[in-house]
Amino acid sequence: MNDTVIHVSDFRKTYGETVAVDGISFAVERGEIFGLLGPNGAGKTSTLECLEGLRRADGGALDILGVDPTRQARKLRNLIGVQLQTSGLPATMQVNEAIRFFCAYHNVAPRYDLIERLGLKDKQRSQYGQLSTGQQRRLALALAVAHKPPVVFLDEPTAGLDVESRAELHALVQELKTEGTSIILATHDMAEAEKMSDRVAILLRGKIVATGTPREITATGAGLTKVSVRTEHSVLHRNGAAIPGVNRHLIEEDYAVYFSADPGPTVTALLQYIGDHSDTLIDLRVERPSLEERFLEITSRR
Amino acid sequence: MTAFVQHFTFEFKTGMRNSTLLFMNYLFPLGVYAIMGLVMTQVNPFFTDALLPAMIIFVILGSTILGLPGPIVEAREAGVYRSFKINGVPAASIVAIPVLTTTFHALIAAGIVALTAVPVFGGVAPGRWWPIAGVAVLLAFTCSATGALIGVVATNTRATTLLSQLIFLPSMLIGGLMVPLSMLPETVQRFAGLLPTAHAMQALEGLAYGRSTTFAPTASLLILLTGGVLAFGLAIYLFNWDSRNQTRRGHPLMALLALAPYLVNLVL
Repeated sequence: MNDTVIHVSDFRKTYGETVAVDGISFAVERGEIFGLLGPNGAGKTSTLECLEGLRRADGGALDILGVDPTRQARKLRNLIGVQLQTSGLPATMQVNEAIRFFCAYHNVAPRYDLIERLGLKDKQRSQYGQLSTGQQRRLALALAVAHKPPVVFLDEPTAGLDVESRAELHALVQELKTEGTSIILATHDMAEAEKMSDRVAILLRGKIVATGTPREITATGAGLTKVSVRTEHSVLHRNGAAIPGVNRHLIEEDYAVYFSADPGPTVTALLQYIGDHSDTLIDLRVERPSLEERFLEITSRR
Repeated sequence: MTAFVQHFTFEFKTGMRNSTLLFMNYLFPLGVYAIMGLVMTQVNPFFTDALLPAMIIFVILGSTILGLPGPIVEAREAGVYRSFKINGVPAASIVAIPVLTTTFHALIAAGIVALTAVPVFGGVAPGRWWPIAGVAVLLAFTCSATGALIGVVATNTRATTLLSQLIFLPSMLIGGLMVPLSMLPETVQRFAGLLPTAHAMQALEGLAYGRSTTFAPTASLLILLTGGVLAFGLAIYLFNWDSRNQTRRGHPLMALLALAPYLVNLVL
């Protein structure tokens, strides 16, 4: 059985002379969270809006579960759920009304359970215009998933949310994934993308410049692990000890920081050096390269 | 059907929940009506003849031509219609339901005028009431459809105000509401034939009060009906989901086709 739910092939989108998306291709599998990353103007929104049927593609092929978003808009509606970055609802629409309204158009029973799940139970009778940004985004998410679509598009889903709401939203997204929902996640939050996504694609000036799992993408960079060491007498601050595997090092406040291609021998050598110089280790941190660092590396290089 | 009911209920409630719409649907037109009833009938005793039909037309004009276009533009600019499109709300519903609910609000206000103009302000009662009801329904629909068309083609709220006033001000001045059409110069009378209000006033004068009219009342009814249907169809055809995506099925100037019945009448 073919488990590909979204297939994008040589997709192009232009606005007059400006090429927003320049022949990108990718596929998203059933139950996969696919992160779409890129700086502003990279082509993320154009890609999402064409997949959502809000704009027409200028070239290539888009396919969501056998449906062409451009030509089969009506069929598409029950296949996708969309949390728009700026989710416009009428300011006077109450939370309960919004659930009833959109569920009615999707021909499903109102999902009041989602209101409770997303912490909006006390706001059922509040109008959309009276909700905080975070509450508006939670309502938008509830509306996006209320009809249990097989594909969900989330555009900056946690922007403006507090820590608790973010955690709740992440849990809900994981639950959807477990149920087999495919999710396209467009975000500027690299930590979120790294935590949530099974695979990511980094878009830059309309082209995909890197794709793979977050681990694969971070591994393809300079791949330097950051080792930060703090000691009682700061013995590492005072000399230029030769530590194996270290590419470069610097001092950050009380910490001596080493960037190493081979962290194992580096840490061993550092501990040995500290012991040999009668100093005492206070703190040792080993951080593998993050997706954010790799993202910045890619986007600044091009 | 459930979706239609949910949508209709929400839009109808919005007509009273939204303070701007409440003002345009009820407070402003009925406030002006009260002032006209109290003051104008004292200043100009002949105004009692026109009070009931003129004020019915005025309140309908207020909620439809002045009240309806702005919220359509604001909703488009706020991305409301993008959300609607993504969730499968058809363009026809987005246009038709506000037209229907605004028609209802306009008719409620018109009903208040019809019930109070004679006993409270001494307006002259019509010989026949059914043309009052019929013309009010027809005018409310036609003006709502025209208001929706203005909202659909206007690029921003300032343009909405301008286009609305292009209909509202001439309607007040030469539409036969304040001054009988027969008292206006012949050239002005011809131009008044471009206004829905002038035709509605003529139809009410002729059919409800049995007075002599400048336009044939039945022709006026036909013009109102065709003008309303054309405006409604064009509003759906030219509807644009998104202020950031200007792709639409026809050029906004196509909206002028809604004037066709009035122009044909002018030429004939």
